[in-house]
Amino acid sequence: MSVMEQDSARAPARASLFNDPKVRGIFFQVVLVVALGYVGYNIVDNTRINLEQQNIASGWGFLNNTAGFGIIQSLVSYSETSSYGQALYVGFLNTLLVAIVGIFVATIIGFVVGIARLSDNWVISRLAYCYVELIRNVPLLLQIFFWYFAVLRAVPGKREKWSFFFDSFHLNIAGFRGPKPIWEDGASFIGIALIIAIVACIVIAQWARKRQEATGQQFPVFWTAVGLIIGLPLITYFVTGMPMHLEHPVFVDTGPRIRQGFQLNVGFNLIPEFLALTAALSIYTASFIAEIVRAGIQAVSHGQTEAAHALGLRQSPTLRLVIIPQAMRVIIPPLTSQYLNLTKNSSLAVAIAFPDLVSVGGTVLNQTGQAIEIIGIWMAIYLTLSLVTSAFMNWYNQRMALVER
Amino acid sequence: MSKKILPLVLGAAMGVAATTAASATTLEDVKAKGFIQCGVSQGLPGFSNPDAQGNWTGLDVDLCRAMAAAVFGDASAVKFTPLSAKERFTALQSGEVDVLSRNTTWTMSRDTQLGLNFAGVNYYDGQGFMVRKDLGVTSALELSGASVCTNTGTTTELNVADYFRANNMPYEIVAFEKADEVVAAYDAGRCDVYTTDASGLYAQRLKLTNPGDHMVLSEIISKEPLGPVVRQGDDEWFNIAKWTLNAMINAEELGVSSANVDDMKSSDNPSVKRLLGVEGAYGEGIGLSNDWAYNVVKNVGNYEESFNANVGPDTPLGISRGVNALWSDGGFLYAPPVR
Repeated sequence: MSVMEQDSARAPARASLFNDPKVRGIFFQVVLVVALGYVGYNIVDNTRINLEQQNIASGWGFLNNTAGFGIIQSLVSYSETSSYGQALYVGFLNTLLVAIVGIFVATIIGFVVGIARLSDNWVISRLAYCYVELIRNVPLLLQIFFWYFAVLRAVPGKREKWSFFFDSFHLNIAGFRGPKPIWEDGASFIGIALIIAIVACIVIAQWARKRQEATGQQFPVFWTAVGLIIGLPLITYFVTGMPMHLEHPVFVDTGPRIRQGFQLNVGFNLIPEFLALTAALSIYTASFIAEIVRAGIQAVSHGQTEAAHALGLRQSPTLRLVIIPQAMRVIIPPLTSQYLNLTKNSSLAVAIAFPDLVSVGGTVLNQTGQAIEIIGIWMAIYLTLSLVTSAFMNWYNQRMALVER
Repeated sequence: MSKKILPLVLGAAMGVAATTAASATTLEDVKAKGFIQCGVSQGLPGFSNPDAQGNWTGLDVDLCRAMAAAVFGDASAVKFTPLSAKERFTALQSGEVDVLSRNTTWTMSRDTQLGLNFAGVNYYDGQGFMVRKDLGVTSALELSGASVCTNTGTTTELNVADYFRANNMPYEIVAFEKADEVVAAYDAGRCDVYTTDASGLYAQRLKLTNPGDHMVLSEIISKEPLGPVVRQGDDEWFNIAKWTLNAMINAEELGVSSANVDDMKSSDNPSVKRLLGVEGAYGEGIGLSNDWAYNVVKNVGNYEESFNANVGPDTPLGISRGVNALWSDGGFLYAPPVR
């Protein structure tokens, strides 16, 4: 009681509110937020007023206008009469395609090279070392140009070709061509069969793991899965009366020279711009991934390997069951950054005419003059892609985290 | 402490606000900094192209130099910003350049929706096609199924789409950001056809490995009036750009050239006297001195001199005047009189 009285009596006697660290802290934070808000408001307001003064139209209406330009590769239906919105969607899907294929290939190359770098075989480890040092020290744009312009000159011209696999795949300067599956009525059953096979694999894998934990008996999950995923759709294919045929690319070598070569839109074609971009992106990113993988593996103490060997595990299962699972904890966070880098680097596509989001968006920007809107769309899409990738990798990281029992 | 910081913060914020209010006219800005910032191409021989020493030459470059001569009496008071087709309008809108003289086609949407004004036409062009001679193609209508290389963000891209669609011919478009890459890809054989403005085809053909193996088809599939562009809403600067071009054309029509301009000052022809500022005060009307047009012709030359020096028959491009001749010679060039 008396203590409290003393306190309340002393409080006003202390320095003014101005010198109270708590009050001062809050005061400065409020000032900062207000100042930032004011600056932000001014930037937005400035832009709006300037646009109005310069008589530049703004808004999202342009997305419905007719685009009028062609795009060499689109995953969805697109023609010159489609809208700007559709054109941007095509560009977005192309970016997504490059990112997914690039991440997939880069991961495989990166893991192989990273493990090769630690190989006891001197030649293999030196080769992997050279690969990493050579690739990661050359700017990506130069590598893209290399793949596009140097490799482009090495392959046959439009009116010649190299063929592989019993004349069903072809390569020339206009791209890599192969047969395209054309689905007919009843083909949806094959898709359903595939889904059933995948679900069955997951169920079997879980059952096999439980059984192994309970009884120690192993089950050949991998080969069963391969059999199911290939076999079930194949059986369905024959049962439903083969509702699919292959459309082979058509190569003409007679008649007027301009008509010779592969015919447009027949068969399946990977355009050289896509090949060059994906190759450059995956090979470049793989050199970083290789180093991450090497670091991750080296972070696992050597005692783990020795312990596994002592238990009688051979080299391959040691790596697969003991080392890699522990290394993954170290590998995944920097790996995520590399995936994000690859996705964002794909915007360099514009240099070699691959119609990605930036390339198509740039054309739309030039035709419509809607700079702020287009740049907003670009930023929003790349941000979303990156956040989704991060979210997925964080989830995966949590799953891989060491669970102590 | 906080007493000192608060005014600082508010002051900074007010500074941001203040930038909205006062913006000088382009002419004042240009005079203050002492040169004109001119947006040009990244290298198109004959129109705007840097030589080994970094000196820019070309028809479009001459227009910027002429504007510098009109404003400062010194054709070298100009700096050049190379711009890609995609960047050019944003660069002008944002004030990064004062004038865009970059073989830019005058279209309605560009004139009305981008906050820009076209100050005239300094070259009447049209889109054409270049192919390898060994393809045996003589007409653009035989190009069905061809792959076509071009620049992104140009009217070219739209015209070629329209042309192939109108003639019901399938095609494949390969669109690059920079002209140099279009040329490299076409040269490597990625495309059968290279399409851009006909003047550009002649210019870029010089960069190919074997220029003689390629031909420009006779079809012209579009109207491409190329001209200088300025920001909308600054009529004074717009007038300067417009009348600099007109002065060069009028000078040719009146027979005034850089060689005889001093003699012509004493000409009896009243039109010449008005143009060269001997009679009347026409320069004042556009905020310049009365010898503005004299300076243009003296320092840069008339349209004919510029044309012949950069793209004419005696240059590697070898383009004849054609529709770019004076109206009195059967061409389209027709400048309003100075009076």
